[in-house]
Amino acid sequence: MSQSNEPRPEAESEQQDSGAEQAASRKSAPRRKTPARRQTDSAPTKTKQAASGIGSGTRGKVLVTGAAGALAQHVIALLKENYDVVGVEFRGLQADYPDTVDYVVDFNQWPFEDVFREHGFMGIIHLGRIRFTQSTRNRRYSANVVGTARLLRLALKYGVEKVVALSTFHVYGADARNPSLIDEEYPMRAANLMPEVVDAVELENLFNIHLYKNPELNITILRPCNIAGPGINNEISRMLAQPVVPCLFGFSPLMQFIHVEDMAEAVMRSFERNHPGVYNVAPDDYVAYQDALQLAGCRRLFLPSVPPALARRSVRALGRYAPPDYLIDFFKYAVIIDGGLFARTFDFTPQHSLANLLGHYRAHK
Amino acid sequence: MRTRQFLKPRTVGRDVDRLVDALPKHNIGTQGYDPWGLNPDTAKITFTAVRWLYQNYFRVQAQGLEHIPGQGRLLIVGNHSGQLPMDGVMVSFAVANKSENARLPRSMIERWFPSVPFLGNWMNSVGGVIGDPKNCAKMLDREEAIVVFPEGIRGSGKPYRLRYQLQRFGHGFMHLAMEHNTPIVPVGVVGCEETMPSLVNVKPLARMLGMPYFPLAPLVPLPARVFLNFGKPMHFANDARNERDVEWRVEEVKDAIRDLIDAGIAQRKSIF
Repeated sequence: MSQSNEPRPEAESEQQDSGAEQAASRKSAPRRKTPARRQTDSAPTKTKQAASGIGSGTRGKVLVTGAAGALAQHVIALLKENYDVVGVEFRGLQADYPDTVDYVVDFNQWPFEDVFREHGFMGIIHLGRIRFTQSTRNRRYSANVVGTARLLRLALKYGVEKVVALSTFHVYGADARNPSLIDEEYPMRAANLMPEVVDAVELENLFNIHLYKNPELNITILRPCNIAGPGINNEISRMLAQPVVPCLFGFSPLMQFIHVEDMAEAVMRSFERNHPGVYNVAPDDYVAYQDALQLAGCRRLFLPSVPPALARRSVRALGRYAPPDYLIDFFKYAVIIDGGLFARTFDFTPQHSLANLLGHYRAHK
Repeated sequence: MRTRQFLKPRTVGRDVDRLVDALPKHNIGTQGYDPWGLNPDTAKITFTAVRWLYQNYFRVQAQGLEHIPGQGRLLIVGNHSGQLPMDGVMVSFAVANKSENARLPRSMIERWFPSVPFLGNWMNSVGGVIGDPKNCAKMLDREEAIVVFPEGIRGSGKPYRLRYQLQRFGHGFMHLAMEHNTPIVPVGVVGCEETMPSLVNVKPLARMLGMPYFPLAPLVPLPARVFLNFGKPMHFANDARNERDVEWRVEEVKDAIRDLIDAGIAQRKSIF
C-alpha cells in the first residue's frame, strides 16, 4: 500500500532487513505483536516528507489505525491518491485482515513505537476502536483509552502534524430529556447514563486535553451519527442486515444515518482542511427507527418496553440478534445531532440519500 | 409507517389534507420527518380527530389570531391547565387552522412524555417538543413558532380549586425571547380547567408510576367550551441588567395573560 515515486535503494534494503526481522519475530512473538502481515514491496521513507503541510498535494506518510475496518478501507483508498499510507490494526484475527493492514500491533506494547520510528508520519487518522459489543469493558478501556493515550504520546514525540480521531454520537447518551439537534457543546452524558460506554467518553476527553495542551498536533475529533453501508459491521448495520429485527413496543426514535462513503469523505476533508476541534458529522435528514427497518426490508420483532427491566431481559435473551442491553435506550429515545458546524466548516454535503442507504440492506435480503 | 399508510386514506379528508399541505414545513427531510420528529402524515391523521374535538366537542372560539404572523420566529405564551395538554393542542390547531397566514406552531411538552410508549413518538410526530431551552433556541433559529406554558406541571397539574390562578412562571421563555429577538404573543385559555377538573393530586401513586402528577379526575375530558384569546405581540429588548429585570418582564406577560383570561371568562355564557 505504501507507494513512492522515487527509488530509495537504501531505504529498500533497510525495509527488506526489517521484513526479515519481522518474519522472524512473527514466528516467536504472540499474534497480536506480530508486525507486517503484508510483505512491504515498496519502500517506506525514513525522512519525513510531510513538512510542506497538509493538503498541499505533497506526499506524506499517514498512519491509519483500525485499518481492517470498512471505513478505514474507504479512507485509505482516498488517501492513497495523495499520501503514503501505513495501516495498523489491533483487533480480530490476523487471517481476516485485508490488504490495507500493514502492521498488527497492540498500541500498549513496545513494538508499536517501532512503527513510528520506521516511518516519519505527518498525520494520523485514528479509526481503530474496539466497539461496545466486541470485548469486555476492561479490555475496551485498555485498548481504546490507554492505547490511544500512548498513540498521542508517540504522535507528539515523533512530530506528527495532524490527527483525526473518530468518536461516536453515543457519547451524548440516550435519554428522554435529550434535546434535538445536539451540538458539540452539549455534555457527554453517556458517562452518567450508561457507564459501560465510558471508554468512548474517556477517549474523547483524552483527545480534548491534547487538543488544547498540544495544539501542534492539530487534532480534529469527529462524532458521526450511525455509520452504515456496505461492509460496516457495527450494531445498527448488523441489525439492518438481519431479516428480523427487535424493536421496543411503542418506541420508534428518530435516527440519523451516514453512508460509509460519505463518512470516508468527511474524514478526508477533516484531514486535508486543517480546522482542529470537535465536530458532529450527520446529514440534515432523519428517519424513525421502525420506518428505517421497513425501508431496509426487515420484519419487526416487538419486545416489551415496560417495565425497563423486562425490556433489558428480553433484549439479552436475543443475544447477538439484538443490541447490548446497555445500548437499549438508543432504540428508545432519539439522539439527533447537529452536523451543521462540520458541514459549514468543511463544505460537506453527504451524497448518499437515506433511501439509497437503507435500500442497500433491502437489496441484500 | 405501515400504520400511517393504512390509516391515512381511511381517515383523512380532503380539507385536512389540504390544510396540512398548505402549512409551511421548512425542515422536513426526505423521509417525512423534521429534526424534532414532526411527520405531516401523522399530523394529518391526528388533525382529523383534533378538528372534530375543536369544532364539535370543545366548540373552541378563538379571537385575536391576526396577531400571529405567518412567518418568523415567535413565542406563544399561555396559561396551562386541564391535566392533559389539551390546551396546547387547541392553541396549535387554532393557529394552523387560520384562514390566512396559517402555520403549525410547536408545543413544548413535559420531559416525562417521551418515556411513555406510543405517547412520546405520537406527540413528537404532531409537533410536540420536549421543553428544553436548547430545543427552543434551535427552533427559534429556524424561524419556528413555539407554544410555551411557563407554568409547566405547576399549571397543568393544579387542582380545580386553583383554577385560573396563574402559578409561578419559569423565566426561561423570557431569556429566550430576549436573546433570540423573538416577539411574545400572550394567549389566555379559558375552558380547559373544566375539561378535566382535578380534586387532588395523588402524589404517592404518581411517584410509584413515575408520573409528574396523578390527578383524581374524570377519565375522559369533559365537553367544556374553550375560549382562546390571543393578545398583541410583546417585544423585549435584550438589555436586562439582572434577573430582577427579567422577573418584571415575566410579570408583564403574566398581566397580559390575566387580562386575556378575564376577557375569555367574560365571553363565556356557560361552562358546557
